[in-house]
Amino acid sequence: MSKFRNLLVVGGIVLGTAAAFAQATETADEPAAEQSSTEAHENATDVMASGAGRNFELGRVATDDEVAAWDIDVRPDGQGLPVGRGTVEEGITVYDEQCAACHGDFGEAIGRWPVLAGGQGTLEDDRPEKTVGSYWPYLSTVYDYVKRAMPFGNARSLSDDEVYALTAYILYLNDIVDDEVFELSNENFADMRLPNEDNFIDDDRLSEPHYAENREPCMQDCIEGKAEITMHAAVLDVTPDAGDGEEAPAAGID
Amino acid sequence: MDGPASTKSASRRNFLKGALTGGAAIAASTALVGRAGAQSDPLVTDVQDWNRYLGEGVDARPYGTPSQFEEHVVRRNVAWLTSDPISSVNFTPLHELEGIITPNGLCFERHHAGIAEIAPADHRLMINGLVDQPLIFTMDDLRRFPRENKVYFLECAANSGMEWRGAQLNGCQYTHGMVHCVMYTGVSLRTILEEAGVKANGNWVLAEGADASAMTRSIPIEKALDDCMVAFAMNGEALRPEQGYPLRLVVPGWEGNMWVKWLRRLEIGDQPWHHREETSKYTDLLSNGKARRFTWVMEVKSVITNPSPQAPIKHGRGHTVLSGLAWSGNGTIKRVDVTTDGGRNWHEARIDGPSLPMALHRFYYEFDWDGSELFLQSRAIDDKGFVQPTKDELRSARGPNSIYHNNGIQTWHVDSDGVIENVEIS
Repeated sequence: MSKFRNLLVVGGIVLGTAAAFAQATETADEPAAEQSSTEAHENATDVMASGAGRNFELGRVATDDEVAAWDIDVRPDGQGLPVGRGTVEEGITVYDEQCAACHGDFGEAIGRWPVLAGGQGTLEDDRPEKTVGSYWPYLSTVYDYVKRAMPFGNARSLSDDEVYALTAYILYLNDIVDDEVFELSNENFADMRLPNEDNFIDDDRLSEPHYAENREPCMQDCIEGKAEITMHAAVLDVTPDAGDGEEAPAAGID
Repeated sequence: MDGPASTKSASRRNFLKGALTGGAAIAASTALVGRAGAQSDPLVTDVQDWNRYLGEGVDARPYGTPSQFEEHVVRRNVAWLTSDPISSVNFTPLHELEGIITPNGLCFERHHAGIAEIAPADHRLMINGLVDQPLIFTMDDLRRFPRENKVYFLECAANSGMEWRGAQLNGCQYTHGMVHCVMYTGVSLRTILEEAGVKANGNWVLAEGADASAMTRSIPIEKALDDCMVAFAMNGEALRPEQGYPLRLVVPGWEGNMWVKWLRRLEIGDQPWHHREETSKYTDLLSNGKARRFTWVMEVKSVITNPSPQAPIKHGRGHTVLSGLAWSGNGTIKRVDVTTDGGRNWHEARIDGPSLPMALHRFYYEFDWDGSELFLQSRAIDDKGFVQPTKDELRSARGPNSIYHNNGIQTWHVDSDGVIENVEIS
């Protein structure tokens, strides 16, 4: 590929269309630069039916309908939100039918299914409870995730308005809105803020002492005295096939 | 005759050495008496069935499977880890494997909506967003791009995550088995993206899967254009369904969640999407209530796979082979140190086999076990100079609730019977 690149640069023609590329490779010995950009554009349109890519002429142009069908993602700034609306009250109905069996009547969760609400102020606790209200930074993630992946086992089955209504209800369950007639829509969505937005920081692991200090590791007589066991896995006994321990684990991964 | 003679003289040296230390002498002399005065073995003196009768023909096993005597070498799950086995994980049996390549059927699985079964003829890859031309590729299209073959480890961000609060699961399959390493064949992501033409403000790529979780992750364009791949083969054959057949993303050195399986869409954008798998999940809570996000690289790490809790020492005292794995998302492994006394004294292990960037490395340390209690640990150092930290060092920097990115040094306690346990020590 780099060979073709160099060829095009030497030929002095404008990169950017499959036709120009094809022309250049077929007539490498001739002055390809004479081809006008208009011609190149017309040729490119012809090529797109069979191969739209600009370097290998592979693939085809995605239609608007195709992009709309798969590109449903939503960002914190609201990009990607569909036109729609839903109220807390409407969300209760959808939630009770579609969600409560796993996530509990009030987002408290059944069994080990994810908790959706509560836990505010627990992030520094020994056992933090991370929910939409206590942990998630952006409401857009709620809309995006519910629409793409929920209900578990029947994804992509909710209408845009139902997802707005559910998102409004999740805000209500987390005491972020307190009025059952509150309506969430594509118009007021970007104004909504979740409490924990400011508590996310970018990766700074390399500032930790064990990396930053860049010590040459000790090889001889590094620690005084004999090693003493401070914790046994066998005592906890939650390894499959290793015993019949039923104790709740210290940490799952969900 | 040079080989056996030198082995014998080495044993004599060990015998003499052992005789000076009491207990060890008994084991050594027993071994020598055993060599000299063994009874005849009927497995040798009698003609065995497989030496007399015919075996199966070449039409019996069109796709071979492991020996029936290896049926215990399987992926295992831990039911209590997750609410159901559909959005869940299982573990590679590291203690049963050698070298650096993981067999396809043993590569750990992590799904969020089960295994999507997709016919290659029905699969499409879309490129859209900030590109000159949104494109759709078939699998046949993708097979016409220039290909590359690369060996990489894939480690789940949550590997060893259950051990943050202390020793919990008894076996390296469970504590470290969310990792595998295979050779991928596919197309560089750069080639695919350049086919569509990334616009100047295209700073991020959103990768999306075709399964019912529609997994999405935001990847910075620098990484996407550097060494990522879209792969359709692993270890020489098509991807396994549970590994994303027919197409997956390969993100070398970075957390496994980003290696989107059943890859169906790549969108170019000017900022990250902050989707569920990079906000609610795969963010690392610190003890001060802040959480790190975009912790992509898997840090330098190692584990002794034998001996280990599922692979105790059964041969008694004497020559013992310690085997293990080391890896780093930063590059190659420069060195691995091993201790038998819980970190009081360390010995440089021997790395054997290929040393490839962002791939598993195999190390060995051979020693003469005198039957006393051992505290085995390994400590990896990568080619950027990063030294694998202790669990205590990690916990003092992060607290116990990060869930992900636990690369702390693992301790195995060996008792005098060769039984081994996952422990933490002071």
